[in-house]
Amino acid sequence: MAHAEAAHLEAEATGHDHLTRDPDTPRGWRRWVYSTNHKDIGIMYLVFSIFAGVVGAILSGFMRMELQEPGIQIFHGLAAMAYGVEGDSALDAGKHMFNVFTTAHALIMVFFAVMPATMGGFANYFAPLQIGAPDTAFPRINNIAFWLLPPAFLLTVLSLFFEGPAGMYGSGGGWTIYPPFATSGQPGPAMDFVILSLHIAGASSILGAINLITTILNMRAPGMTLHKMPLFAWSVLVTAFLLLLALPVLAGAITMLLTDRNFGTTFFNPAGGGDPILFQHLFWFFGHPEVYIMILPGFGIISHIVATFSRKPVFGYLAMVYAMVAIGFIGFVVWAHHMYTTGLSLDVQRYFVAATMVIAVPTGVKIFSWIATMWGGSITFRTPMLWAIGFIFLFTVGGVTGVVLANAGADRALHDTYYVVAHFHYVLSLGAVFTMFAGWYYWYPKMFGLMYNETLANIHFWVMFVGVNLIFFPQHFLGLAGMPRRYIDYPDAFALWNRVSSIGYYITFVSLLIFFWVMIEAVLKKRRAGDNPWGDGATTLEWTLSSPPPFHQFSTLPRIKSDAH
Amino acid sequence: MTASILRRMGALLAAAAGLAPVLAGAQEQATAGHPVPGQIGLQPSVTPIMDSIIVFHDGVLMWTISAIVLLVLALLVIVMVRFNARANPVPARFTHNTLIEVAWTVVPILVLIVIAIPSFGVLADQMTTPDGERRYLGSNIFSFGEVEVPAPELTVKVTGEQWFWSYEYVDEGLRFDQYILSEADREAQKPNQPRLLAVDNELVVPVDTTVRLLVTAAPTGVIHAFAVPSFGIKVDAVPGRLNETWFNARETGIYYGQCSELCGKDHAFMPIAVRVVERTEYEAFMAAAEGGDYTAANATLAAVQ
Repeated sequence: MAHAEAAHLEAEATGHDHLTRDPDTPRGWRRWVYSTNHKDIGIMYLVFSIFAGVVGAILSGFMRMELQEPGIQIFHGLAAMAYGVEGDSALDAGKHMFNVFTTAHALIMVFFAVMPATMGGFANYFAPLQIGAPDTAFPRINNIAFWLLPPAFLLTVLSLFFEGPAGMYGSGGGWTIYPPFATSGQPGPAMDFVILSLHIAGASSILGAINLITTILNMRAPGMTLHKMPLFAWSVLVTAFLLLLALPVLAGAITMLLTDRNFGTTFFNPAGGGDPILFQHLFWFFGHPEVYIMILPGFGIISHIVATFSRKPVFGYLAMVYAMVAIGFIGFVVWAHHMYTTGLSLDVQRYFVAATMVIAVPTGVKIFSWIATMWGGSITFRTPMLWAIGFIFLFTVGGVTGVVLANAGADRALHDTYYVVAHFHYVLSLGAVFTMFAGWYYWYPKMFGLMYNETLANIHFWVMFVGVNLIFFPQHFLGLAGMPRRYIDYPDAFALWNRVSSIGYYITFVSLLIFFWVMIEAVLKKRRAGDNPWGDGATTLEWTLSSPPPFHQFSTLPRIKSDAH
Repeated sequence: MTASILRRMGALLAAAAGLAPVLAGAQEQATAGHPVPGQIGLQPSVTPIMDSIIVFHDGVLMWTISAIVLLVLALLVIVMVRFNARANPVPARFTHNTLIEVAWTVVPILVLIVIAIPSFGVLADQMTTPDGERRYLGSNIFSFGEVEVPAPELTVKVTGEQWFWSYEYVDEGLRFDQYILSEADREAQKPNQPRLLAVDNELVVPVDTTVRLLVTAAPTGVIHAFAVPSFGIKVDAVPGRLNETWFNARETGIYYGQCSELCGKDHAFMPIAVRVVERTEYEAFMAAAEGGDYTAANATLAAVQ
C-alpha cells in the first residue's frame, strides 16, 4: 500500500490539480480515438453505453405508449412517418414496426448498453486498478474492442431502414432471431444487418474478454493471490470466461443463419433436413450464460458498495467467489429451460428443471452474504448504498419468479407471457441496471474527481425505484392472466395493468432526466471529491489513488499485505 | 399410510390455494375461457392438467416465493434499523460464521426439494398422453394421482399458419381454418365475444373427452405456439415437427387462447378458440360434417353470440 501512496503523491506533485492531466497525456481527439489507456477506454465505453441506453429506453417508450390502451394507437402513424406508407399498408408496416422496436430495444440494451457498461466500462477502468496493474495486458486489443462497437451499433440502427419481410422495414424477429422467421420469414437485408452487427459486437466482446482474462491472471500486484483479489475483479474474471465460451457459439449459430439465408444451406430448414429447434439450442447455449454475463459484474460491484458503506469487510469472501464461479458454470448447463414448449421430451425437461433450480442455491448465498455483510455494520445510506439495497431486494423478487419459471410444469402456463417479461426485467432492468447506477454513483467521484449532489441523486433513485416497479410488477398479473409477449394489441381485459405499466414508464423516464441533471449539476458545481470520499470502508486499491487517477498509475507496483482482501 | 399423509398434505395445500386469490385481492368474477378486466391470477381451470398447475403455482410456488421475498425484506429492514451509523457507530469485524453459511446453503436445497416433488409430478402429467390406466394428479398434487382420464377418442391436427390456425379432425376427415373476426364482423356476428379473441370458426370438441392434439406449422412457414390457458396447454407449432399434447375439458363453453411464439406482423391477431359442447351436440355436429363441410356441421350448434 505504501507504494500506492507514493504513486498518489507523485501524481499530486506533477498534476497540481486533480482535474488536469499529467503533461504526457495525449491531447485532443487522438487521446480518445487512438487510446490504449484502460481508463480512457473505460470512459468511452461508459459514454457509449449511456447513449445506447437512452436510445433503447426511448424505443421502449414508444412500445409503452402503444400498449397504454387497447387498439393500435401510434405505430401505424409512426410507420407512415418513417416509411411513407399509407392506409392498410401503414397498419401492416406499423404492426411489424412494433416487433422491430421490441427487437431493437432488446439488442441495444443487451449488447450496447449493459455489456459495454459493465464489461466494457467498469471492468476496463476498475479491474486493473483493483488488482494493482498499470494497464490491461493488451492495450491495443482494448482499443479495437471498443471501436468495433460503434459500427456494430450503426448496423443495428441501419437495419431499421432496410427491408425485412416483403414490403416492411427492419428486423422484427425478437432478439432471439429464431428461424424460420429469421430466414424465409424475413428475406430482406435488415436481418443480415442484424446478424453482422451481432458478429462484430461479439468479436468486440471476445477480444475484451481475452484482454481482461490475461490481465487478471498475469498482472496482479505482488502478493495479490487469486484468493485475495477483490470481488469485482473476480466477477469480471468469471464473466470474461463466460463471454469467451458463449459468444463463439452465438457466432457459429448466426453464421449458419447467414448461410441459410444467403447461400442455400439448410441447417435450420426442415425441407433440407435441418431443424429450426437446433438454432434455439445453439442460441440459448449462448443466451443463458449471456444473462449471467449481464448480472455477474453487478454482483461484484454490489459486494464492494455494501462493504464500503457498512464499514465492514465482505462476509464470506470465499463463498462469494465460489458462488460466482458456480453460477457461471451451472449457467452453461441450463439453456433449454427457455425451450420447455418446443417439444422436448419429459426426461430432458426434468433434467433442465433440476439443473435450473440448483442455481437458486449459490444465488441465495450471495443475497444472504450481502445481508450478513451489513449485519453488525455501521451503515450510511449514501447514494450508491441506496442503489445496492434496492438491487438486493428487487433482484430477490426477480430471482424467485425465476424459480417459478424453472418448473416446466408451471412454465407451461407462463412461457412467452408477460410474466417472463416481468421476470427478466426484474433481474436485468431492476437488477443489472441498478448495479450499473450503483457502480456509476460509487465510482463517479473516482473517475471524474467530482462529487454529485447527493440529495438530487437520492431523488433519482427514489423516482426510478417507483417507476420501474410500476412498469414491471403489474406485468406479473398480465402474464398470469395469459397475456402473451410481443403483442402490439391485446384483449380489453388486459387494459388496466397495461395502463399502470405505461404510467410507470413515464415516471422512469422522468428519473432519467433527473439523472442527467445530477450529472450536469456535478460538472457545473465542480465539487472536489477527494481521493476517498467514502471513508475507511472503501479498502480496495483504487481509493489509494488520486481522483481522477493519474493517466498511468502504479508505475511502482503496490505490495499487498497478507491479510488484505 | 404414507399415501394418506400425502393426501392430507395435498388437501391442506389445496385449501391454502383456495385462500390465495382472497389474499391476492379482489378480482372480478372469474370466468373460464378468457381473461377478465383487472385479473391478477391464472385463468380458471376446466382440465385436470390446469387444476394441477393452479394448485402448484398458487399453492406451492406463490407461498414459497412470497415467504422468501418477505424474509429478505425483513432482514433488510432489520439491518437498516439496527445497524445504521447512528444506531451502531462502531462496526463489527466478523467475516465468517460457518453454521449460518451451511444453514443458508442447506435450507434452500430443502425448499427446492419440496418444490421439486410436485413439480415433477405436474410435469409428467402434462407430457403423458392418457392411456386410460394412468392416474393424474388433478388438484391433489401431493398425491400419487387419483384422477381418472380416459384414453383419447379424438385426434385433431393443428397447423399454425401466417396468420391463422388450420384444424383437421384426423379420423373424421373434417378440416377448416380459423381466422380472427374483424372488429366490424365481431360486432355484427358475435358481439358478446371478446375483441381480438373472437374467431370465425371455433374448434368443436365434446365435453369430458380426451382430445389428442398434433401441433405443427406450415412446412414453409414460421414457428407459432398453440396455447389455451384454461386447459393448461402450450406447445410450439414448428415446421417439420409434430408436437403432441392433450386435454380433457369438463365444462362446456368457449375457451380462448392466443399465439404464443413471435411469428410476424399479425402475431397478436391469430387467436385460438375451442368450443366444448355436450357429447350429443358433438355427435350431431360430426354427423352433419359428412363430406367435410364445417359450415353445415357448425349450423347444428346454437349460434355463438
